[in-house]
Amino acid sequence: MPLTAVGGGELMTPVLRVEDLHHTYLPGTPFEAVSLQGVNMEVQEGEIVAIIGPTGSGKSTLIQHFNGLISPQRGSVTVLGQDLRDHDLDIKRLRRQVGMIFQTPEQQLFEQYVGDDIAFGPRNFGLDAAEVRQRVKRAMEMVGLGFEDFKDRLTFSLSGGEMRKVAIAGVLALEPRILVFDEPTSGLDPATASEFLAKIRELRDLEKVTIIIVSHNMESVAQLADRIYVIVQGQSVLEGTPQQIFSQSDQIRDYGLDTPQVTQVMQGLRSCGRPVRADLLSVREAEEEICRCFDLTERQVDH
Amino acid sequence: MIVVEDVHHTYDVDRAHPVTALKGINLHIEEGEYVVIIGRNGSGKSTLAKHFNALLIPTSGDVSIKGMNTKDPQHLTTIRHSVGMVFQVPDNQIIATVVEEDVAFGPENMGLPLQELRARVDEALTVVDMLDHRTRPPHMLSAGQKQRVVIAGAIAMRPACLVLDEATAMLDPRGRRDVLDTMQQLHAQGVTIIAITHFMREAVEGTRVIVMDQGNIAMDGPPQRIFSQADELRQLGLDLPQVTQLAERIHRRTPAFPTPLLSVEECVEELCRLPQSAVVSS
Repeated sequence: MPLTAVGGGELMTPVLRVEDLHHTYLPGTPFEAVSLQGVNMEVQEGEIVAIIGPTGSGKSTLIQHFNGLISPQRGSVTVLGQDLRDHDLDIKRLRRQVGMIFQTPEQQLFEQYVGDDIAFGPRNFGLDAAEVRQRVKRAMEMVGLGFEDFKDRLTFSLSGGEMRKVAIAGVLALEPRILVFDEPTSGLDPATASEFLAKIRELRDLEKVTIIIVSHNMESVAQLADRIYVIVQGQSVLEGTPQQIFSQSDQIRDYGLDTPQVTQVMQGLRSCGRPVRADLLSVREAEEEICRCFDLTERQVDH
Repeated sequence: MIVVEDVHHTYDVDRAHPVTALKGINLHIEEGEYVVIIGRNGSGKSTLAKHFNALLIPTSGDVSIKGMNTKDPQHLTTIRHSVGMVFQVPDNQIIATVVEEDVAFGPENMGLPLQELRARVDEALTVVDMLDHRTRPPHMLSAGQKQRVVIAGAIAMRPACLVLDEATAMLDPRGRRDVLDTMQQLHAQGVTIIAITHFMREAVEGTRVIVMDQGNIAMDGPPQRIFSQADELRQLGLDLPQVTQLAERIHRRTPAFPTPLLSVEECVEELCRLPQSAVVSS
């Protein structure tokens, strides 16, 4: 199936499509473990899609299919028009197009100097020195590491947060069309985490990079994602906007997940018989809704 | 329990850019406290935590655990038995090829009789709800499950103090809740808990919050006091839990509304006391 170019704002062919995907680890051995048993999902170009699910639900196995680290055993995965079961699949091309940033990417660093680590990918793809330098500089700026300040620093003398930025810059330097983040903010302080989430959104808004994130942080998922897939026991069980997903709080909790704290507050108020909207995700929305429903001025006079 | 006196620590891996991670820390942690350490990346939290069981020795100053100076090599084993550590990435702490053997590794090295060993391993795996997985190979488990195995390994040593360095960072919400409940349970049994976290909603679980910044202790107090200083926290790269932020915003509009509120339940309760607006109730 040829990939039809996206034109005039029309979203035609999804950049990523997963159909009835199954995966079993070590089949036919005593350690056989079923990981995926029927996942379906579609991601459109320029979307930010979050995958949530309890630990062990198969999220990491699923995303390892996206750049061909795992081949589909049953079902299919199509990425940017390439069927990943295809024997002629150009895996190098696929890996340039789909950047993967795993949990604790700082563990993937190996070069002595920061600049070399980030340059490793682009150099391997045969780009000339000037282009490599340009890409390294740009990638470092995107993650907030000053080029001159950091390029000659020793990789292993950096703090954990800085190392993570280096690792991410290394992937960005490949200029992928799809970026997959496994737990993008774990281990980051709140300010760095929200700065980082803003950067992810910026990559989508400015560079039209399609973003897929796997996260256990319901509050950041609620803020960032356009759509959410819930994966439970290797199956895709729910799909929808953050509002749709998090308003099904009982089900979400049954799955071992959670809803943002403000959603919990609003639902608590509803249980107390207050007529507030419960499908709110951010502090500001909740504040406005509370102002609408409660007479705050009267209370101020009391004081 | 733990006394830290004027501790400095400098990493000089990169001679051209030595990093001073701790710049004169003074700290007393009493037995049975539940201390949460927060602070931005690179503020020195993990460096400090590694001094609590002599994984790091101060460049200058002293750390003593139950009166034992961590600089004195003869106390090393006792200190390590007293203070258990759980780190963020479980793979780095798992050494065996079967879950229960991994949990047994520590207590086995303490020379416990087999029966006692068996009992401790089962108890620890029950606490973290991994008993059903005891014969599985750890590398086949999810990150969250592996972390629970590591915690079980630490608990099986029955340490007087447990230090958790972002131990919940990779867990799903239920796994996180389970670990937090486990910590509360151990705390109730008298175990001193020291937890490092970037989740502000976890920081309210402790009895004391220490905020680090640039190798110094910037704030130290009960969570109610720390989380009433929103502006200071934000300047230190931190934030309030969502529910605390919401309460703070309502408080700004209606000063009689109490702040800080640290839990969803408290917040709902206080909001329910507000009069409904005429528009909505009519």
